Amino acid sequence: MPRMTMIEAIRSAMDVSMERDDDVVVFGEDVGYFGGVFRGTQGLQQKYGKTRCFDAPINESGIVGAAIGMAAYGLKPCVEIQFADYMYPAYDQLTQEAARLRYRSNGDFTCGITVRMPTGGGIFGGQTHSQSPEALFTHVCGLQVVVPSNPYDAKGLLIASIENPDPVIFLEPKRLYNGPFDGHHDRPVTSWAGHPLGEVPAEHYVVPLGKAVVRRPGSAVTVLAYGTMVHVAEATAEETGIDAEVIDLRTLMPLDLDTIVTSVKKTGRCLVVHEATLTSGFGAELAALVQEHCFYHLEAPVIRVAGWDTPYPHAQEWDYFPGPARVGRALRDMMEA
Amino acid sequence: MTDGQRLSLHVPEPEVRPGGKPDFSNVPIPKAGSVRRPEVDVDPKEIRDLAYSIIRVLDREGEAVGPWAGSLTAEELMEGLKHMMLLRVFDSRMLMAQRQGKTSFYMQHLGEEAVSCAFRKALLPGDMNFPTYRQAGLLIAGGYPMVEMMNQIYSNDADPLKGRQLPIMYSAKDYGFFTISGNLATQYVQAVGWAMASAIKNDTKIAAAWIGDGSTAESDFHSALVFASTYRAPVVLNVVNNQWAISTFQGVARGGSGTFAARGLGYGLPALRVDGNDYLAVHAVAKWAAERARRNIGPTLVEYVTYRVGAHSTSDDPSAYRPKEESEAWPLGDPVIRLKNHLIRIGTWSEERHKQMEAEIRDTVVTAQKEAERHGTLHSGGRPSMRDMFEGVYAEMPPHLKRQRQQAGV
Repeated sequence: MPRMTMIEAIRSAMDVSMERDDDVVVFGEDVGYFGGVFRGTQGLQQKYGKTRCFDAPINESGIVGAAIGMAAYGLKPCVEIQFADYMYPAYDQLTQEAARLRYRSNGDFTCGITVRMPTGGGIFGGQTHSQSPEALFTHVCGLQVVVPSNPYDAKGLLIASIENPDPVIFLEPKRLYNGPFDGHHDRPVTSWAGHPLGEVPAEHYVVPLGKAVVRRPGSAVTVLAYGTMVHVAEATAEETGIDAEVIDLRTLMPLDLDTIVTSVKKTGRCLVVHEATLTSGFGAELAALVQEHCFYHLEAPVIRVAGWDTPYPHAQEWDYFPGPARVGRALRDMMEA
Repeated sequence: MTDGQRLSLHVPEPEVRPGGKPDFSNVPIPKAGSVRRPEVDVDPKEIRDLAYSIIRVLDREGEAVGPWAGSLTAEELMEGLKHMMLLRVFDSRMLMAQRQGKTSFYMQHLGEEAVSCAFRKALLPGDMNFPTYRQAGLLIAGGYPMVEMMNQIYSNDADPLKGRQLPIMYSAKDYGFFTISGNLATQYVQAVGWAMASAIKNDTKIAAAWIGDGSTAESDFHSALVFASTYRAPVVLNVVNNQWAISTFQGVARGGSGTFAARGLGYGLPALRVDGNDYLAVHAVAKWAAERARRNIGPTLVEYVTYRVGAHSTSDDPSAYRPKEESEAWPLGDPVIRLKNHLIRIGTWSEERHKQMEAEIRDTVVTAQKEAERHGTLHSGGRPSMRDMFEGVYAEMPPHLKRQRQQAGV
């Protein structure tokens, strides 16, 4: 089976989708001739022509608004916002338009768009190239939110997103594009070459939206994670020797509550980790659901480890990032509770 | 069934891509001195043609010609040359520092030095710039200490911004330099608001907004033009057209509009286009626009026609999307060489003295760099404390952040 990095897998997903369906179009800032600043669309314009893969003016509201119009016509646009931090001008189009087309027109118009955006930190990008805004999307009725953690899932989830009849926000943890990252920033960079999930079929397949997966089975505590933090959680479990069950949520909306509840009922403990700021983050939703559904099985309070409630700093990047030290401390505290 | 014509989508493309021969022969360059200089209180309707021309002062021989010449003395021009040279050496040292791992990121000005350096000389103390990431000449020509810029770039323990911001996203209120955000176009309309405030308070200060060609596509650019036009805000609306927005050529943002300056016409704004590589022309036009604002006549849109010789940033490789020889073929030349040649032409400068000044400037920059590096660089030496990360989110730290800081153990 071919091996791919996550960015190659994402490119392959668009390639396969464009090949199968003429209605799939791809555009965004620098995505045409150049192939995107992270090279996610490299070669697509050359292969499919510049009316199916092209550069957009620097106007995120325009990119999403135009995609909605194309979807209303019947196309399946998969657009790129260069960094998730740049999506705010498009927020009106996403929240009040894309998310509600089906509902307000009673299905007369629908909006099958996919909006890709690199998310998260770990590349010294400072406050405008590091944000994790997933909770701003999960709060919006009508949007679906996907965060892959590896090449195999990224390809299957992106194809599923493009084929989905409703809008999908596809958040790509940019620190994972070229290799898994467990939060040990002082260690040599690893690549996807040696990772089992770097094996990616060249052809079409889907990883269905709304299905979580157990990355590491365990019995002591359930760790709910997505994106980069899946790797941090796995590494922390190994390093602390605490038998944590690590769940990769993959899709935040719709959420796979069954997998979460089954695990927490088994372990009796639940730690939620995400890179986004703590307050009103998606972790709060997860903690609420766990206590609603598993209260009588819990042996300790549900704990969250997240980015501090500050803008993402430049120099203090690794003080901010919830790495293995902080996750490990929380795990040990939970086991003592 | 209609017999309508089959449609097709127009997607603009630059004239040449890597492997092709750069060709700017379709870029009309008016002769230096050929564009008229209207009075600042001219009715914008009378000068709509200036949005499609290019105001130039320095001719091929290095002579300053035409009605826009003469806004600066020989001494002031010497100072301008020095500022541009300082910026160029500063850029090359900081670019190297990034390559050496002393910082994470850098963005240089190569080829565009005249725009920010000359513009700054048209402002007065108290005026406020809302810059993008490629106007450090505003700081250098404004006398801001270079070592402070380096401390910011290095995120060291003397960084005035406490390590919080990406390198080069300076902030210097006392030097008329608004905090750079890092995302695009958002600050263009803020400059208009600042100028409106100055007018509300019957103050004398004016504002300057800055944006690149690519970012004029953002909605905030158009918001700024509406507000500036409606309230006749005392603001200079600058568009630096350096031809490339990362890999995207200027035609994608410009669309069917002949020029970026022409964007102002629909808003009834006077719009000028100027040779951005001509220090004298930039200054003369900036002074004209600043005077309009200062005399409460209203805003002006100015497009600086220049070329981004370097990469967009240290994360970019332009050879992937444009011919390597393109910057050589750019018809408006190098701003430093053009001003140097002018000063030689008028007899106040020589090649020997230029070489000598190059060496002196290098020493100045290296000395500042050593001082900054004594404080530290991104990964070694003194660094901002983790406590600093929690400060400044609010004027007073709320209880939840105090708890988090305690949890972090600092």
